Amino acid sequence: MTMTEDQVQQIVINIINEIAPDEDTTGLKPEVNLRDQMDLDSMDFLDIVMELRKQHGIEVPEEDYPELASLKSCSDYLTPKFNAE
Amino acid sequence: MSLAIHIPNKKVAINQNTESAFAPKQNFSTIDSFNASRGIPFCTPMHQSRIVITGVGLTSPNGNSLEEYRKNLLDGVARIQMIDMRYMGPKGATGQVPAGVCDFDPKKHQTRKELRVGTRAGSIAIFAAREAIASSGLDFENYDKCRIGVYVGTTEHGNVETENEVYNISKFNYDTKFWTHHHNPRTVANNPAGEITINTGITGPHYTIGAACAAGNAGLIQALQMLRLGEVDFALAGGVSESIQSFGIFAGFKSQGALGTHESDPNKVSRPFDKTRNGIVVSEGGCIYTLERLEDAQARGANILAEIIGYCINSDASDYVLPNPERQAECMHQAVAVAGIEAGEVDIVNTHATSTPMGDIQEMKAIAEVFGDCPTTYINNTKSYIGHCMGAAGALELAGNLPSFQDNIIHPTINVEDLDPECALANLVINEPRKVDAVKVILNNSFGMLGINSALILKKFED
Repeated sequence: MTMTEDQVQQIVINIINEIAPDEDTTGLKPEVNLRDQMDLDSMDFLDIVMELRKQHGIEVPEEDYPELASLKSCSDYLTPKFNAE
Repeated sequence: MSLAIHIPNKKVAINQNTESAFAPKQNFSTIDSFNASRGIPFCTPMHQSRIVITGVGLTSPNGNSLEEYRKNLLDGVARIQMIDMRYMGPKGATGQVPAGVCDFDPKKHQTRKELRVGTRAGSIAIFAAREAIASSGLDFENYDKCRIGVYVGTTEHGNVETENEVYNISKFNYDTKFWTHHHNPRTVANNPAGEITINTGITGPHYTIGAACAAGNAGLIQALQMLRLGEVDFALAGGVSESIQSFGIFAGFKSQGALGTHESDPNKVSRPFDKTRNGIVVSEGGCIYTLERLEDAQARGANILAEIIGYCINSDASDYVLPNPERQAECMHQAVAVAGIEAGEVDIVNTHATSTPMGDIQEMKAIAEVFGDCPTTYINNTKSYIGHCMGAAGALELAGNLPSFQDNIIHPTINVEDLDPECALANLVINEPRKVDAVKVILNNSFGMLGINSALILKKFED
């Protein structure tokens, strides 16, 4: 089944809800950097990478970490990876 | 050229031309003579300062405040329970073990994210530290955070996280790319003390004191020394334990033949001095005190709970696990000598006894050696209620006895149905609290593996 960009963004939001449970993820703006909308630190981004690996078998190499900056950049980068599975 | 160092309320110049003061042949018997030789003016003789306790915060299996805990100690209420433990059943299945579990609300002082990233030991430490600060009445928000030190005793740290991660990667065919990046900050030995500083904004020194099950006392002793050296003006000190999260602790005691059992009642597993005792109940817990120099505590009008008047830490130098009553007795003798009192002036000796067949006898031998001729020195035990809180044991057990300075009641050791004659000291307070005319001095024993002994003596505060 082909994943849409919205579905991939929802997967990322679900992971953020797990790793940053105090943050309100409703109304996140897809184009704006996550760190400008929430209190996320570098360890949190490593958590996102780990959960993508554990839950979905998706690998994000270190040089691609900037691709996780916003929900939109996440879905641009991750959707092809999900659909390549 | 001079180097300015900060001593509370004073700037003192050290003349760097006097570095020969460090020459090894010189022997300085006191800090005064050492300082004098370096040209440091004699200012506040902090090394002689009286050190007082002005606050306490705790979580134990039977209470999350000193009031609740003390009430349960006087009412004979233990809350040991059977918990599931990985691998502790037959053939590696999950089994059940008796354990002391704390039910404080961790979200009272931590965000959910802090709880997810940090450790259980850190969470216990933060809860106890925050409660202690509140109890001290210090204007914490406006206090100079760089003058506060954090000294937390631990028996061990890191086992829990390492076991959890090995279990985690076992689900991924032991591929270490699934090993968490949180592992190292969670397992560094300073973790519980460091989590306190992150949570509170304290920027003074922090570290843990690894002293096996003597660690709670050792944390307090470290704080006392740092206050007397003038390194800090306010200290958070005590001990914590998260050990019930580690199957290895249980399995290790079981392999040693030291894990306690009871046929029907988890609250009767920990039964020091009972003839049928057969081992330890592992518990989690934490107890942090606020300590200050007397002059500072009085200047801010603090409520002074007790004064630390004597202490000793020594080493058996004999065995990895077997206690040594000679060294234990020496430890208590030395603490009494440091306190400048006679042994007979001690009103309560709170024992370390962990409910092991040999350990309890050995400690009673040591106590008989020191206090055998002291008709008004009473002996009790707190592990009979809370189990063995490991790194927190010394600090928590001391806290359970602190209110005796006010109510003159000695809490008993419970679960003694058949007193072991080899533990039967005349003044052992068994099963029922004992009211006495006055409690003015308490000695708290805590001993640990590798032969580390500690004794701490507190006195009811009198100006």
